[in-house]
Parts: sequence; structure tokens; C-alpha cells
Amino acid sequence: MNSFTNIYKTLNYSKYSYFRRLNLLQVCKSRVTRHHGLATYSTDVKEENEEMHTDSEDNHHPGYDYLYSGHIPTTRFQKTLLAIGSGITAIVDPARDDMVSAFGETTGYFALQRLREKMLKDPVGRQILEERPILNSSTLDIDYLGSLPENTFGKHYWKFLTKNGFSPDARLPVQFVDDDDLQYVMLRYRQIHDLFHTVLGMPPHMLGEVIVKMVETFQTGLPMCALAAMFGPVRLGPVHRQKYFTTYLPWAIKCGSSAKFLMAVYYEKHWEQDLQEFRQELNIIEPPPGIGRKKKNTENAS
Amino acid sequence: MAAPMVKRSSLIINNIFSNYIRKNISKCKRSISFSRVNGGENTSQTHFGYENIPEDEKEERVYKVFENVATKYDLMNDAMSAGIHRLWKDYFISKMAPTPGTQLVDVAGGTGDIAFRFLNYVRNEDSESYNNQDRQSDVETPPELRSISESDEISESGESKTEKAKSFVTICDINQAMLDVGKSKAENLGFSSETCFIQGNAENLPLESNKYDVYTIAYGIRNCTHIDKVLQEAYRVLKPGGRFMCLEFSHVTNPLIQQLYDSYSFQVIPVMGQVLAQDWKSYQYLVESIRQFPKQEEFVEMIRNAGFKMAKYENITFGVTAIHSGFKI
Repeated sequence: MNSFTNIYKTLNYSKYSYFRRLNLLQVCKSRVTRHHGLATYSTDVKEENEEMHTDSEDNHHPGYDYLYSGHIPTTRFQKTLLAIGSGITAIVDPARDDMVSAFGETTGYFALQRLREKMLKDPVGRQILEERPILNSSTLDIDYLGSLPENTFGKHYWKFLTKNGFSPDARLPVQFVDDDDLQYVMLRYRQIHDLFHTVLGMPPHMLGEVIVKMVETFQTGLPMCALAAMFGPVRLGPVHRQKYFTTYLPWAIKCGSSAKFLMAVYYEKHWEQDLQEFRQELNIIEPPPGIGRKKKNTENAS
Repeated sequence: MAAPMVKRSSLIINNIFSNYIRKNISKCKRSISFSRVNGGENTSQTHFGYENIPEDEKEERVYKVFENVATKYDLMNDAMSAGIHRLWKDYFISKMAPTPGTQLVDVAGGTGDIAFRFLNYVRNEDSESYNNQDRQSDVETPPELRSISESDEISESGESKTEKAKSFVTICDINQAMLDVGKSKAENLGFSSETCFIQGNAENLPLESNKYDVYTIAYGIRNCTHIDKVLQEAYRVLKPGGRFMCLEFSHVTNPLIQQLYDSYSFQVIPVMGQVLAQDWKSYQYLVESIRQFPKQEEFVEMIRNAGFKMAKYENITFGVTAIHSGFKI
């Protein structure tokens, strides 16, 4: 009798855990790679039941951290709902950076795959995917960056961080991408966003963000960047909006489409390089002046 | 066109269920239950949503969950239930039908929803009450006699006619963050003199025995590690004749509604939690903990075992919520 009630309880439990299994099933149906550190092409899913951590002796939630730490598996319906909700919240309250991230992750499925293919074709990109460098306060020596000479890329980045009070740790981890490699691509994109600001010479106010997003749209193809670049100007004041449409937008489009593939650049190796030289290497046209940095502007108009 | 897909999906589901059951039949002893289960080592395990964790950890983790959600708690309640939770709570108080002068202890009552509704109810009762002075003056006592009769009454009874026990609510919650939210709400709504906020564990209340007329616990008991201990404490602090009332999410009786409810809970609520409160995991825990709670009949049995008489339950909204009640007689 006791075993019968236990079986009954287990059956009920399995009935309710249908949704947890559904989440994981969705995850496994998408192409999965479990080879951390190797930029391999993803393998099709095999028998997923052995791989799933559904045993009750596991202490963590069955389902969380499934493919990488911080992973929350989601069904397609949940991703759609999250995309809509986070999109609206991101426009209404741009300070909610977690909503911007969630929007990017849930809508970026095809773009991330395209990005990964592009990165694999480029030798430096392939190296980045294999080594998976991370930008945070333990891998980045802020004081060393501050000690570099004036015109270097590293020094400009240091100025960007210290002037605006940013920390390289502030970027949120990826949660809703159901693939380990793509998760890294998304994370890399998020982490070098600040580097984009430096390379393009844009400060982090709304106008600068919209311009950087415009360039990123051409570079990455992420729908989040495209929508941010299209709807961001709604929040600009009249002066900035005028500047944006007359000067910066044409420049951003030209720059974004003609520059080299910026995701496949190993930025960590270029700290000591002169900024102008670095820009020329990357085929970036010098940004138009008057973007609002209070200190002396050393860049020349193109 | 639809048939192969239905067949394929039912095969997948069968596959999952049969594999899962095959794996777990041998582990029947480890199956999730609400009482103490012995794990492999000497620590006993309990459930936290669909996770198995050591018992000592559960309290801390539940604390963290509610600390994270405290500021957005009311907003999320409104969003998740489309405001229906207010109707449920109003109905709960109308079932309680308290009279003025009732001493209520509201456990796990952090943000004070039940307490404030209770106070509004008794205030309305007071203003319409039978003992209201206005209704008595059908016949005017002449002015010469009025002052004599009043002073006589005051000296004879020991306490004046208008003074009786005031309704009072003691709100107890284990989580300080929730209590803080409740305190500020009480100040804004003007209930500070009739409420008092105490931090304490429902399994071991820092309150005297035999003191309260009604004990309520609304949407809190499923988060407690040992439900039987909570019921025993409830029995202790109630006066003889006192009433135990519990409002809690429960199991849906209608299978069709249950499917819709399950889909809504698992698909929509965590997403809402992420968008509105930046916390997916707390809301995933919430929907899972609802499934782990004992069914209505089982819970009524537990209430009876704790010593309460006339234990019964009532389903609201097809069993999405249930009111359980018992008397200490």
C-alpha cells in the first residue's frame, strides 16, 4: 500500500514536472554542444534522457544551469512572451539593462548563429571562440590601463570607465540562450560594447548609445540593436535628435557597413596600440566632432 | 496532417514518462513528499519547489526569496492573478465574519493585506453596530436625569459603556523585509495604532498561549518547513473557542481548468517575474511550491491531527485557492 501511494505520488509529480521536461526538451531539440572550450560545430541531439540532470539527488534545481552556469531553459512560448515583455519594458524604462539583455537573448537566435559562423571563418574570431576570453575586473588590470600613454586604446578605455564610473563587471550574464557557444558569443558582444564606445569615440549618454547601437546593427545583425537604434531616438531631446539625423546617423551607417568585422577582434591584445592607428586598422572612419566630451577632443574630422 | 504530429508528440510524452517512471520506481523512497524524508546521508531532506534540499537550508532559502520579492510583492500579486487575489482575500474575511473586539494574529502576514482588510471590516461593523448609541435614543431622557444616569453607570460598572476591547492585529512574519513593507503601508493607511508587527518563525511563535481569537495564515503555510509544527503553534496561541483559518493555493479539481492553470503557471508566471521583478527563480519556486503542497483532504486531516475540531475546507475558483478552517474547542 505504501509503495502504491509512493508510485501515485511519483506519477503526480511527473505529471506536474511535465513543464520542466518540456523546457528541457525544447533546449535539447535546439542544437546542443557540450564541448566547452572548443569551437566545434554543434552536434545534433542524441538520447537526451541520460544527459538531463533530473535525478532527485542533485541539489540544484533540475533545469537551471543546464548548459552553462546561469542558464534558465525556456520554451518557445516563454521566449516569445519574454521578448514582448522585455521589449516594452526596455523602451519604457531604458535603465532596466536586464530587460535589454533579455530582449537581445530571446530575439537573437538567428543572428547569433550567423555571428558564430562569421567568427569561425575569421582566424582571430576562431581563436576568440576557442579561448573564450572574459572581460571582468579579475582579468582586466585597471591600473595598468591607466598607466598607458595618452593616445593609446587602453588609456582611452580607462578614461571611459573611470569618467563614467563603470566597471567591467557590470555586464549581466547570459540566461536565456539555449546553446553554449552562442551563449559565449552573446556574452562577448555584451562585454565589448564598452570597447565599441571607446573605438567609436561615443560617450554613454542616450545619443551615444543610439549611435553605437546603429553601428552594432550593421556589425552583428542582432534584432535588439536594430530596434534600439530605431526606437531609441524617440527618447532623444530636440538638439540631440537634430544632431543625430544630420551628422551622426549617416556617419554611423557608413562606418558600420564599411568597418571590418568588429566581433572578431581580439581587443585584449591592442591595449598599447595608438587609437588612430587602431581605427585605421579596423577601417573605422574618424567620428565627427562635437559629440560632447568635455575634455579636449583630439580626434580630427574625417 | 495533424495525426502524425499528435502521434509524434504523444510518443515523445510516453517516452519521457516511461523513462522517468522506470528511473524513479526504484527510488520510491526518495520521492518528493511534504514530510521528512531520509536522504542518503544522515541529513533529512525536504522539497524546495522541485529541488530536494536539506531541511535546515529551506528556511534560509525561503527567506531569500521573500527578501528579493518584498518590494514588488503587491505588484506581482496583482499582475499574476489579474487582481483576483483581492477578491479571494475579501471573501476570506467575510467568511471569518469578525466582530468588533476580535484579537487577530496574522502569521506570514508581512505586507498586511489580511490585517488591513480585517480592520476595515470591523471598523465598518463598529459604525453599523447594534450597540451604536444613535439607535438607542428613541426616547430622550430629560436633561436633569441624563447626567445622573451616565455617572451612575460609570461608577457602577468599573469601565464605561463605550469602552470595550478594541480589535487588534498582531502581524507576525519571519521576513523583516516584508514586515517593513507592511509597516509603511500601515502608516499610510492609518492603521498603526491597531497593528503590531513582530518578526518570528511560524513554527515557534514568540507569542503567549491562549491569547488570540482568530489565527490566520494567508499564502504562507506552504513555505514553512514543518506544517505540523505550524499547526501546533496555531493551536497553542488560540484561545479556547478560537478559530484557525488558512488561505492557500491548492489543487484544482477540474482537469480542464487544471491544464489551463498549469500552462499559465509554468509558462507565464516566471516570465512575468523576470519582467516585473527581475527574478525568474523566485516565481518558478512559487509555482512549484504550490504543486508540492498537500491536497485539500490531506491538509484537513493534518488540521484535525493538530487538535482542531470542525475542520473543513472550501474551494474557491475551482480549487485554485482553498480556505481551510478549524476551531479550538
